[in-house]
Amino acid sequence: MAEEHSGTPPKEAPSDVPSKKGLAAVLDEVREINTALVGKAKEDLESLKQPEKTAVFKSIFRVKHDESSRSRALGVLSNVFLHLHPSKINRDAVRYNYTWGMGGITFYLFVVLTFTGVLLMYYYHPTKGQAYRDIVYLMSDVPFGSLLRNMHRWAAHLMIITVWLHMFRVFLTGSYKKPREFNWCVGVILLVLTLLLSFTGYLLPDDQLGFWAVTVGTNMARATPFLGHEGPFGPLLHMTPYNDVRFALLGGSIVDANALLRAYIWHCIAIPVIASVFMIVHFWRVRKDGGISGPAPVVLEQEAIKAKVLPYVVPQHTE
Amino acid sequence: MDWHQLWEITSAPDNVPIVALILLVPFYTWYGIRQALANDRLIAQLEADPQLAKTHHRKTMPWKAGWSKEIPVWPYLLRIEFLAAIVVTVILMVWSITLNAPLEELANPNLTMNPAKAPWYFLGLQEMLVYFDPWMAGVVMPSLIIVGLIVIPYIDANPLGAGYYTWKQRRFAISTFCFGFLFLWLLMVVIGTFIRGPGWMWFWPGQTWDPNNQVFEVNRDLPDLFRITNIWGKTIFGAIVMGIYFAVSGGVVHKLFTWSDWNKKVFAKMSFLQYITMQGFLTIMMLLPIKILIRHLFRIKYIWVTPWFNL
Repeated sequence: MAEEHSGTPPKEAPSDVPSKKGLAAVLDEVREINTALVGKAKEDLESLKQPEKTAVFKSIFRVKHDESSRSRALGVLSNVFLHLHPSKINRDAVRYNYTWGMGGITFYLFVVLTFTGVLLMYYYHPTKGQAYRDIVYLMSDVPFGSLLRNMHRWAAHLMIITVWLHMFRVFLTGSYKKPREFNWCVGVILLVLTLLLSFTGYLLPDDQLGFWAVTVGTNMARATPFLGHEGPFGPLLHMTPYNDVRFALLGGSIVDANALLRAYIWHCIAIPVIASVFMIVHFWRVRKDGGISGPAPVVLEQEAIKAKVLPYVVPQHTE
Repeated sequence: MDWHQLWEITSAPDNVPIVALILLVPFYTWYGIRQALANDRLIAQLEADPQLAKTHHRKTMPWKAGWSKEIPVWPYLLRIEFLAAIVVTVILMVWSITLNAPLEELANPNLTMNPAKAPWYFLGLQEMLVYFDPWMAGVVMPSLIIVGLIVIPYIDANPLGAGYYTWKQRRFAISTFCFGFLFLWLLMVVIGTFIRGPGWMWFWPGQTWDPNNQVFEVNRDLPDLFRITNIWGKTIFGAIVMGIYFAVSGGVVHKLFTWSDWNKKVFAKMSFLQYITMQGFLTIMMLLPIKILIRHLFRIKYIWVTPWFNL
């Protein structure tokens, strides 16, 4: 019975069949609909064995998921999250020993920090007194609250380590060399932003640890040449504790409520947005500068000499 | 030997990253150097045999004729990224379940923490405060580190070693970066964490952090050793000494830089701006280890004393 209906929708009953009357006709019709629906249900169940053939699947994924190289390439290129990748890469670049995976891990940690950070914001008020109570509440009463805070803290520390190691690897492999000079500069800015993100977050629990760390850190700003009231030439420019660069950072002459609010806004909004912009440029340039730098074939000294003009020389300089 | 003190520092939750660093950095340094030496052996082999250099695939990784140079990102790269994300998540989960983030008492401006330490990644700067005034250690040096890192690609005129680990072809670049990163940055962070106790005084590992510890050291300034008392005399004297320092250290940097025949060729190709920038950053960088040395050997605090700033 099911086969009869499979594939094509049931056609309307031909007009030359003598029509029955009353209840029997209704029952017949019900039976017919029933048979059709059972057939369709079986058909749907059958199609679940091959979900990639369904219209819903095709509407989401757009390309075939088979092992042909065209489909593999399209799978990456036509996906918004994956399209930062090229469709093919250097076969040795996937080895762990070249990149150590540190750049990717750093980005993943940024994602983890954004996720846990947004969740933490639901429980936190950036006001003196309330801030510390929120943290105590989070650690003791909120379900998974301590896990959430711990993950945010440890991911932040880990991110600094992975940023340093990423930079170390990039230096050791000479990956900042032409044509990737500018991307190294973007990376240095991202390093600074990572440190600042962590530093601004340090104050937010409003405990002794954060308070004194930020006090020590921002006290350095007093000594800024020209712009700090204790720095060289600062007094000559009429710098006082109430108008110098430290005052601008803290929103006051001591680490207090304004400093907490400023740290909060820098930490949760301003620096993440700025860092995201630089990250977009960083990743974009990795692709535009020819993908990851290696492992490249080694070049010999004689070959660099043969090139006569070294590839990396300021143009106007001649022998 | 105060094991309890040592354990207290090592196990402080916020010091865990540094303990991790002490293990991770030597590992990755070794990991990089090992590949650099392997590449150097390959380079030596290819230089000795020009015929081989023409046909070799020029990597230490295995390669067979017929292998494609490129492989699809899906699945070969994406599966690794996915696995890495899982591994990092598991590490973070375990770390977060077993160890609570620190939370001290409510902030109290009237109760100074002793020692009051910056976050661990800034302890290198805080340690620098021992040797320089805050304007130098807290503002000028960090700015120079950032700018110095940014100019690296523009002053490194050596075209070799782009995209592979090597020691032989980039001896000067690698040794200066490693010196700066490992000794002037990370070692200072480690000292700031493990060695510096109350009053930012020096305690050897295992020594008890005694807040009443007294150090009987009198620091003096370099002009004092020459019995110069007049402030203008000190200013001029210090300027002369700094001039001599930059001349001598500039010479040393130049000698080290042009040590190898290859670097002599690189130097010939450098522009004046490239060369002077490199000299500037390296000689200023070397001020730090030199100030550390003269402080510990001769108890000298300032070299240059002026009415506006001291160095």
